[in-house]
Amino acid sequence: MLCDSSVPPTAFRSVSQPSYLQQRIEIHKLRQGDNLILGFSIGGGIDQDPTQNPFSEDKTDKGIYVTRVTEGGPAEIAGLQIGDKIMQVNGWDMTMVTHDQARKRLTKRNEEVVRLLVTRQSLQKAVQQSMMS
Amino acid sequence: MDTESTYSGYSHYSGHSKKAHRQGSRDRHKSPRSKDGSRSEKSVTIQTPPAEPLLGNDASRTEEGQDDNWGETTTAITGTSEHSISQEDIARISKDLEDSVGLDCKRYLGLTVAAVLGLLVFLTPIAFILLPQILWRDDLEPCGTVCEGLFISVAFKLLILLIGTWALFFRQPKADIPRVFVFRALLLVLIFLFVFSYWLFYGVRILDSKDTNYQGIVQYAVSLVDALLFIHYLAIVLLELRQLQPMFTVKVVRSTDGESRYYSLGHLSIQRAALVVLENYYRDFPVYNPALLTASKSRAAKHMAGLKVYNVDGPGNNASGQSRAMIAAAARRRDSSHNELYYEEADHERRVKKRRARLVVAVEEAFTHIKRLQTEEQQKAPGEMMDSREAAQAIFPSMARALQKYLRTTRQQQYHSMESILQHLSFCITNNMTPKAFLERYLSPGPTLQYDRDRWFSKQWTLVSEEAVTSGLQDGIVFVLKCLDFSLVANVKKIPFIKLSEEFIDPKSHKFVLRLQSETSV
Repeated sequence: MLCDSSVPPTAFRSVSQPSYLQQRIEIHKLRQGDNLILGFSIGGGIDQDPTQNPFSEDKTDKGIYVTRVTEGGPAEIAGLQIGDKIMQVNGWDMTMVTHDQARKRLTKRNEEVVRLLVTRQSLQKAVQQSMMS
Repeated sequence: MDTESTYSGYSHYSGHSKKAHRQGSRDRHKSPRSKDGSRSEKSVTIQTPPAEPLLGNDASRTEEGQDDNWGETTTAITGTSEHSISQEDIARISKDLEDSVGLDCKRYLGLTVAAVLGLLVFLTPIAFILLPQILWRDDLEPCGTVCEGLFISVAFKLLILLIGTWALFFRQPKADIPRVFVFRALLLVLIFLFVFSYWLFYGVRILDSKDTNYQGIVQYAVSLVDALLFIHYLAIVLLELRQLQPMFTVKVVRSTDGESRYYSLGHLSIQRAALVVLENYYRDFPVYNPALLTASKSRAAKHMAGLKVYNVDGPGNNASGQSRAMIAAAARRRDSSHNELYYEEADHERRVKKRRARLVVAVEEAFTHIKRLQTEEQQKAPGEMMDSREAAQAIFPSMARALQKYLRTTRQQQYHSMESILQHLSFCITNNMTPKAFLERYLSPGPTLQYDRDRWFSKQWTLVSEEAVTSGLQDGIVFVLKCLDFSLVANVKKIPFIKLSEEFIDPKSHKFVLRLQSETSV
């Protein structure tokens, strides 16, 4: 199931941020040999150095960010973009996890579909523009 | 000199009128006073031109005989010609004469007073013990063992006192200071009062009443010697120990070329601080060279020479208005003297470096001609054997020209005569020094002590100060040490009070983490 970026994101009230700044993305994992891959790379975590994160607005943000999206992979097809911050994975919170925990939550072997809650800065700008016009 | 009258009355010249003793208890005993003929403040300071030509008639020179006499280019020393005395020199002579007579009398008076007092004090306990024996021997109680033990103790304590006094006070006076040394005078007065009161007591209670208790008398003498030893301890603390801990930093700047040094001092009076500064001046400051100052003087003359002031408003000489107008005009004028200075200095640097390179090469080559003979080789030497002086004379001509040119370029030629150079060369050869070690003395100007006394330009000093010279150093005091050609300005600053606190760090508490930013693909 694709998420159309022209459709406004669905409402699911999150505690931290207003709903229109978040997006739900559903990725179907691709089977490659023995592994299930999602097609993107993550960076960040509470055990990492937040100042080296090029995508975060606030350099003390220790959240999980998408650092690379492979072309034609399941994540790109689902609409995940580089620089997205992953807030939840299948309901599990990803804002205060270590890097390894985040990796584990994304690569569970018995899950075929992962539903991510992400936020990105461009969403905020788009909403602001639409509010002004 | 008029300028000194504007300072307060505690300057050098007022010292002529007052006081009895000047030096205090420097010698408690008649010390062999060595009359050092070259005591610096008594030597006459007429500047005679250096009379020794370096290369004029030296027959051993084989190179081109075009060189001038070594000392001919010294124009900075005498004011006029070789045989007349300039105004400055007359002032110097008269000042020397009038000062030397007055100073000697006062210094000797002080020393004799101290010596007489010292002798008196030393002989007092002996007198206390001997007088009853002499005067009423038959009435005295016999002296038992305790009493005789006390004799031994008196003898040894007196010996210790003698050695201590000799160590502390029997030193050659190295300086003559304008005012009396307060602590020494204090100690002399204390000793005098002390001994006087002891004699008074002795005279009234023992001599008059002819006391027969001899042991008591001997114990009285022992107590006097003990107290004298304690006064000696007080003298050590007051005169030597108290100023050892540094409390002030003095910055000394020479007025002619801005050379400055810093010294640490303890609690001293201003005159003693001035002494310390002067002692260090001779060792630390490069020698005063009047030839180096001519460049800035000529520049200063040129600055004001180009402007003339005309008064168009009629007579009525407004001098201050004129000078202010001149200063304003000079400031506005675009002159290129900075350019001149820059290029002149760069040129001079280049020339000095070139001459220096030639000199170093010449000296190194000269030194290769000499080889030291070992003792076993000395019997079967191939050529004739020379001692170090002859060896020096043999290799000197090959480096003489380069050395002379270098000294001329750096304007040091009047500080080194041919004889002194030869002496230094033979000294270096004797001590197996390398050419670089030989040249160290000539490449840059050294401290004043390194040179001949008559090149010093600075022997008679005047201490100029706004505070009394016997008052102690305080933060912010400024005093000036003037000699005829330049002055040293000293600025005293207090060393700040330091608050030091401690912090303990457990060696196991040094822990580190890695700062990572890893990327994982999922």
